[in-house]
Amino acid sequence: MSDRTLSRKMIPATKKRSQALDVWKRLRKSNSAIAGLILIFIFLCLAVFAPLIADYENDALKMNIIERLQSPGADHWFGTDEMGRDIFARIVYGTRISLFVGVISVSIALTLGGTLGAIAGYYGGKIDNIIMRTLDVLLAIPTILLAITIVAALGASILNLMIAVGISNIPGFARVVRAAVLSIKDQEFIEAARAIGSRDHTIILKHVLPNSMAPIIVFATLKVASAIMATASLSFIGLGIQPPTPEWGSMLAGGRAYIRDNMYIVLYPGLAIVLTVLSLNLIGDGLRDALDPKLK
Amino acid sequence: MIKYVIRRLMMLFPVMVGVIFLVFFIISLTPGDVATIILGDGATEERIKDLREELGLDDPLIVQYGNYMIDLVQGDMGKSYSTGLSVAGEIKQRFPNTFKLTITAIFLSVLISIPIGVISATRQYSIFDNIGMIVALIGISMPSFWTGLILIILFSLKLGWFPSGGMKGIMSLILPAFTLAIASTASITRTTRSSMLEVIRQDYITTAKAKGVSRRSVINKHALKNALIPAVTVIGLEFGVLLGGAVLTETVFSWPGIGRLMVESIQRKDTPMVLGCVIVFALSFSIVNLIIDILYAFIDPRIKSNYS
Repeated sequence: MSDRTLSRKMIPATKKRSQALDVWKRLRKSNSAIAGLILIFIFLCLAVFAPLIADYENDALKMNIIERLQSPGADHWFGTDEMGRDIFARIVYGTRISLFVGVISVSIALTLGGTLGAIAGYYGGKIDNIIMRTLDVLLAIPTILLAITIVAALGASILNLMIAVGISNIPGFARVVRAAVLSIKDQEFIEAARAIGSRDHTIILKHVLPNSMAPIIVFATLKVASAIMATASLSFIGLGIQPPTPEWGSMLAGGRAYIRDNMYIVLYPGLAIVLTVLSLNLIGDGLRDALDPKLK
Repeated sequence: MIKYVIRRLMMLFPVMVGVIFLVFFIISLTPGDVATIILGDGATEERIKDLREELGLDDPLIVQYGNYMIDLVQGDMGKSYSTGLSVAGEIKQRFPNTFKLTITAIFLSVLISIPIGVISATRQYSIFDNIGMIVALIGISMPSFWTGLILIILFSLKLGWFPSGGMKGIMSLILPAFTLAIASTASITRTTRSSMLEVIRQDYITTAKAKGVSRRSVINKHALKNALIPAVTVIGLEFGVLLGGAVLTETVFSWPGIGRLMVESIQRKDTPMVLGCVIVFALSFSIVNLIIDILYAFIDPRIKSNYS
């Protein structure tokens, strides 16, 4: 008797663990995904432990004209910018902003776009048509241009930046979630849930979405990468994070005038963008292969 | 075929009407009184009131939108707030430059990406394939404004081969076009490779090989033609990325196109000009996707047969 209850308890637990474990096992085999994970871990550490690495007020913000435009060396690993601020310190604090804005704006897009996509996919018919045709309008404007327009209207601030990047990514998430829901909603276990009288929102939240997570996770990972890129782009043209707050894109904009003799001034902040975006792309690609081995 | 083209064209109109309304609405959220911005802080209340009336700013948004649409159909996009010049005229003057830049970029990326994608797929996991895919992923991860700055440092400031900005002759086109092309080259390469890989495993490829068709012919005639369909889709989507990228690339290279015009207009709070630029960008993007959809029908007879 006790054996039987034990085994009954064990079944769901082991099954759940093995699924995640399977994915992890496959992911671990991919060198590039591991490289991506290590890279993003380093950036996360930089973001979390930034105050231990550099002093925000003195190194990243305070102007120091005597030390302006110094080449990389022992005192300043990545040199100093046009205001004499330490570029390394500014990159470290910039990591916080980039990761934060990237994750929050994707969360906005995932919540709003995901809800719309799930409703459209689950109910189909007229509702589907209305939602998707409306999103076609958003899709007709290239993502970054939509974000630029929104920030231009609302004004440049970190909140508006996240709203803009978030909204401009809504149609993408709606499409992915809709496709995922469509592929699963006619399966037998959904029918079974309906048959025992589950409500629609319970079915969507408890049965449909958990079973269509794979493509959504992959898409979200890749979108955090492009949101980080969008943040830097908007800041570069003066519509994102405003100076003197250290942000990679606005560091590039500030250093632009000095590239003739000080190329390091744009080299390192740019490399920070490339490496962060690259690491997320590597993880996204690796996850896609690990979650759906058929595609490889 | 004509039926199909007409059907697709009909779909363009409601989307464009929606796009213009959306952009109109977003831009109307701009805080601050337009009349005060145009006239400056020193203006008398009377003049501000007159100008508000003249521009129709006191009308409800939907009426303003209606008036804008009526003007737009006649080719009138209003006047710039900062220069007083016609928006349509300014855009007409700048658009060919953006067109030249984006077309060159997309041409470059197709020219580079399709062969690399095909070779990578036919030699999967070879050194060529591995290096190609790593380079492609790095290419996707580079922001165009940074790539542009690095290219300027290397090829313009250090080597002096190309001008660092402006638009004078073919030499000044090369750096911005390459900058713009990098990201789309990378993603078209990846798509071509993966769709090639899928096609190569199909039965009809095995059949063709078994019949003794030469390797080159199998790849070019049987595989590539079928693999091109997803690649063409990505080219269409990449065009949107390219138009967005043009805003940044034109800023970096001081290229006198509508991307730079848009950034300058945003900085000057020149609403009608911003509105005009976004509309032109969205319209170009929609037209490119229309052309892509029609191209499909040429590449894939199955689509054509659905509509004839």
